[in-house]
Amino acid sequence: MSIAAAQNKGFLAAVWDYLTTVDHKKIAKLYLFAGGFFFLLGGLEALFIRIQLISPENDFLTAGLYNEMITMHGTTMIFLAAMPLLLGLMNAIMPLQIGARDVAFPFLNSLGFWLFLFGGVLLNCSWFLGGAPDAGWTSYAPLSIQSPGHGVDFYIMGLQISGAGTLIGGINFLVTIVTMRAPGMTYMRMPLFSWTTFVTSVLILFAFPALTVGLFLLMFDRMFGAAFFDVTLGGNAVIWQHLFWIFGHPEVYILILPAFGIFSDIISTFSKKRLFGYTAMVFATILIAFLGFMVWAHHMFTVGLGPVANAIFAIATMAIAVPTGIKIFNWLGTMWGGSITINSAMLWTLAFIPSFTIGGMTGVMLASAVADYQYHDTYFVVAHFHYVIVGGVVFGILAGLHYWWPKIFGKILNETLGKLSFWLFFIGFHLTFFIQHFLGLMGMPRRYWVFLKDQGLDTGNLVSTIGAFLMGVGGLIFVINIIYTSVKGEKAPADPWDGRSLEWAIPSPPPFYNFKQTPLIRGLDPLWIEKTEGKGKITPAEPLGDIHMPDASILPFIMSFGFFIAGFGFIYQVDHKGWLAAIFVGMGTALICMLIRSLKDYHGFHIHKEELEREAD
Amino acid sequence: MSHDHSLNPETMPQEPEKATLEGKNKFLGLWFFLGGETVLFASLFGTYLALRNSTAGGPATTDLFGLELVFVMTMLLLTSSLTSVYAMYQMKNNNFKKMQLWLGITALLGMAFLACELYEFYHYIHEYEFTFRSSAFGSAFYTLVGFHGGHVVFGLSWLIVLMVRNAKRGLNLYNAPKYYTFSLYWHFIDVVWVFIFTVVYLMGKVG
Amino acid sequence: MIGWMGKRKPLFLFGMLALLLAGCGKENLTAFEPKGYGAESSMNLIILSIIIMAFVLAIVLLVYVITLVRFRKKKGQENFIPKQVEGNKTLETVWTVIPIILVLILAVPTVVATFDLADKSEAQDGINVEVTGNQYWWHFNYQGDEVQTSQDLYIPTGERVYLNMKSSDVIHSFWVPSISGKMDVNPENVNTMYLEAHEEGVYWGKCAELCGPSHSLMDFKVIAVSPEEYDQWISDMQSVDPEANPEDAVAQDGKALFEEKSCVACHAIGSSPNATGPNLTNFGDRTKIAGYLEPTEENLVKWITDPESVKPGNKMTGNYPDVSEEEAEQIAAYLLQLSPSDITTESAGN
Repeated sequence: MSIAAAQNKGFLAAVWDYLTTVDHKKIAKLYLFAGGFFFLLGGLEALFIRIQLISPENDFLTAGLYNEMITMHGTTMIFLAAMPLLLGLMNAIMPLQIGARDVAFPFLNSLGFWLFLFGGVLLNCSWFLGGAPDAGWTSYAPLSIQSPGHGVDFYIMGLQISGAGTLIGGINFLVTIVTMRAPGMTYMRMPLFSWTTFVTSVLILFAFPALTVGLFLLMFDRMFGAAFFDVTLGGNAVIWQHLFWIFGHPEVYILILPAFGIFSDIISTFSKKRLFGYTAMVFATILIAFLGFMVWAHHMFTVGLGPVANAIFAIATMAIAVPTGIKIFNWLGTMWGGSITINSAMLWTLAFIPSFTIGGMTGVMLASAVADYQYHDTYFVVAHFHYVIVGGVVFGILAGLHYWWPKIFGKILNETLGKLSFWLFFIGFHLTFFIQHFLGLMGMPRRYWVFLKDQGLDTGNLVSTIGAFLMGVGGLIFVINIIYTSVKGEKAPADPWDGRSLEWAIPSPPPFYNFKQTPLIRGLDPLWIEKTEGKGKITPAEPLGDIHMPDASILPFIMSFGFFIAGFGFIYQVDHKGWLAAIFVGMGTALICMLIRSLKDYHGFHIHKEELEREAD
Repeated sequence: MSHDHSLNPETMPQEPEKATLEGKNKFLGLWFFLGGETVLFASLFGTYLALRNSTAGGPATTDLFGLELVFVMTMLLLTSSLTSVYAMYQMKNNNFKKMQLWLGITALLGMAFLACELYEFYHYIHEYEFTFRSSAFGSAFYTLVGFHGGHVVFGLSWLIVLMVRNAKRGLNLYNAPKYYTFSLYWHFIDVVWVFIFTVVYLMGKVG
Repeated sequence: MIGWMGKRKPLFLFGMLALLLAGCGKENLTAFEPKGYGAESSMNLIILSIIIMAFVLAIVLLVYVITLVRFRKKKGQENFIPKQVEGNKTLETVWTVIPIILVLILAVPTVVATFDLADKSEAQDGINVEVTGNQYWWHFNYQGDEVQTSQDLYIPTGERVYLNMKSSDVIHSFWVPSISGKMDVNPENVNTMYLEAHEEGVYWGKCAELCGPSHSLMDFKVIAVSPEEYDQWISDMQSVDPEANPEDAVAQDGKALFEEKSCVACHAIGSSPNATGPNLTNFGDRTKIAGYLEPTEENLVKWITDPESVKPGNKMTGNYPDVSEEEAEQIAAYLLQLSPSDITTESAGN
């Protein structure tokens, strides 16, 4: 394949291209589109929840359907929207920021995406096949064991498959950052977004296996008659809670740390200042990740673990406030004395600071175990985690999308629409969730299908629902902005924001080999250094030469499809042993793909020097 | 093709498994993967420890476990780890034939281990009616030991595919990292077994 | 800058905050108006943490606003390049140390309260109630007194009542916001917590752990009466004659139907600790039907004839022969006259 062949293709060829691509930038786009789709789906589910709760004792949804709705809203948003969108941004930007031509394992990168997608599709198939999972996104046993139908089975298989994809993605990023940084790009010169990608990947690596085991135990109990959570046979349901939260709490940081990275890059760029306290920022990130593994039981203060465990986990949890505080103040320190440009990307970032601070404060409040006896499993908790996940993660994703859209897609998102969607979403967000802190303490537990009349909960819920609709409209306008931009948007230059890091040194969108010559890095903010002290562009670290690129492959798609088929087999073999055939066919397909991958040599191909020279600079 | 040449140099470097970027990546990637596997097994061990006395009136660890067979299994797997070290030593000597030979022995030892494990499970099921479904302890025992056994099966398949695929063409910089990562994986399986031997069987025998 | 309210302004604001919070929600349900020991412990920590956090938030917001106002790019500054600062050791130390101190201020009372609420050293001598969580109702067994009830838990004021809680099916969580924080009710172990109500009253309780479709309808009441009234209630409950014939003819038919329609297979009247359904000994005194409906005959008839419409996923549906509207009215008449004690919600000042 040559550069010329990579362009000028028909529609089917383009589809084939995306099915087989191992290019991190195309995989990023796949992640962004799939994640965006699931985000809209999860948003729709959220609106159904809020419509049901618009008034007391409402009957818009039945009790069963409501439980399916909350379960799918949470599961979708965490696993199928927030994480893939972040993985998309990481894929698109991290290799560019460290001056790499690709990732360490392009094949696995593609496999990671397709596993995630097929896992997500499998999970959502449940809607059409007898009902979605209904035991909450936390799927506590024994409720999840007793849940009738196949909903929870879809949860198990869908998450198992997509979780495997995420784990693969994490390992890929780790190795990429360790071995493929450009000459001069030391660890302490990496942009914060690359740093947080690294730390997040460590979290993925150590957190996801706990979920994998938890899901296996659930699967064995539900599908193969094991007794892990069956009290009559000596089972213990609290094991699930431990495994789930040993995964689940680091998961929160898996989501928020990349957002921190995004904000750090954006604040620095639009304040035209070097990140204040860079070293402290890096170590705060690592410290948060480390502490993130020590605090899982603060989700279980009311389980009855005893005062010693509760006290230890309470203090460990409060400790996280310190590095988080360092980050907030360092961001303020970066802006202080700067020259702040406020555009859509920066608006989301600026909105993040107070919103996330409130989320962090309620986090510390929740860490106080005895106070948590009141907050636990109420709307206070719902409000808290939406303040951190929407106010932190979603704002971060939206900020990142506005910031890097030109780099990824080559067009600048419309500012007017961007600001409009921001204000609607921002106001809607606070309207929806601020009041929920109070609802919780006024006696409204979470996951309540109805709240009763005459309990003082009517106004708060009504306000909350109105806010949710504002958020919905804001989200819709963002979608319109994307469509408008892709049709009429302004073409982006290589460096639209007067950027500082390496991704702004190459064309928008970048060529598929990223860097014609591997760059030489002379410090933190390499492009800024060259702009202010050098000749305005990055010095290459090597003479122009052949570039080695990996081979495209359809195997990841087929392999993931195999697991998808096997997933159905596992779910339905409980009803009829004939479905075991689906397991064999699906697993067989996946295994054959692995075998082909092992037996066939993949040497990649070279882009020749002459072709590169023909390309204009 | 240019890369054929670059992957088959005149003289093999000292560490053929890490001579290429792909090799380094595979090596590092596998190490990270083993980090994740450690958490996986730690979770399984935790579950087992929490449930090992939950026999629901069925057979308990002290009724079931005999150390003779398990000791043989441990020896088999430890030896197979040693033979895989010899194989890697021969790889660094660029002696492909001897490497394949040692790996062949590794595979045979691994299979012998699996045969013992299958016999052990068969024994528990038929002599004691102790199954995956009989109690929470049963579920936890078969899950932990079975996950390890599954890893052995996967490792063996990996090894056999590698040996067959490269039997005729000898060692080069493309397949050296594959052999090397296999040996790392095999050591890991061995280490996990040592923990199983201690936590499940020794501690189980003590009661 | 001493203007309106002068230096007392922050104090005034916190006063307002407390007032505002107190006005939040319905009395005897909201956690903002604690009426018991546990709820007070929690509320103290809630207020302390709010104060600390509000202080931090105020500082962040202040710096944030000043930064945005002062350093926003202005006209004519397009080419201005700010000084590239690496950091500031002193500042960074300050904003590391101060949060550590603030966290410690919160951590110490948290640890003290955690151990305090977990203290069960006097449980032996106190009142012990065995609580069983079921989909979707609560069973209360007064240990040592041979008294069982469901849904309405009578307790004396000013005394610690120890609840030994276990679930018969999935995990539930026992929460009476105005008396105490919650604790999970697990199927595999007994969790113990205590309630200590300061004032008489009827307090609303809720299940706080997702337990199935009718999770949100698994409400119950804690009725705190004076210790004397409590003793009276216990003895009234103990002297119930389960076989007593009602005076009313309709209710007599209802009693016959109660046995005929196999209600009695699950529901006990009088002491019967192992009955699988809610104990109905004092059904006529219940504050609610099915946990949340007003105790009227109409609602009870609905509950008996079509339980699924009242509580989706309940365990009663389909477990008894068809009951006609008329039969249900007769059963209702029987059940609603079951009122063995004069100690009711009215004794609790309601």
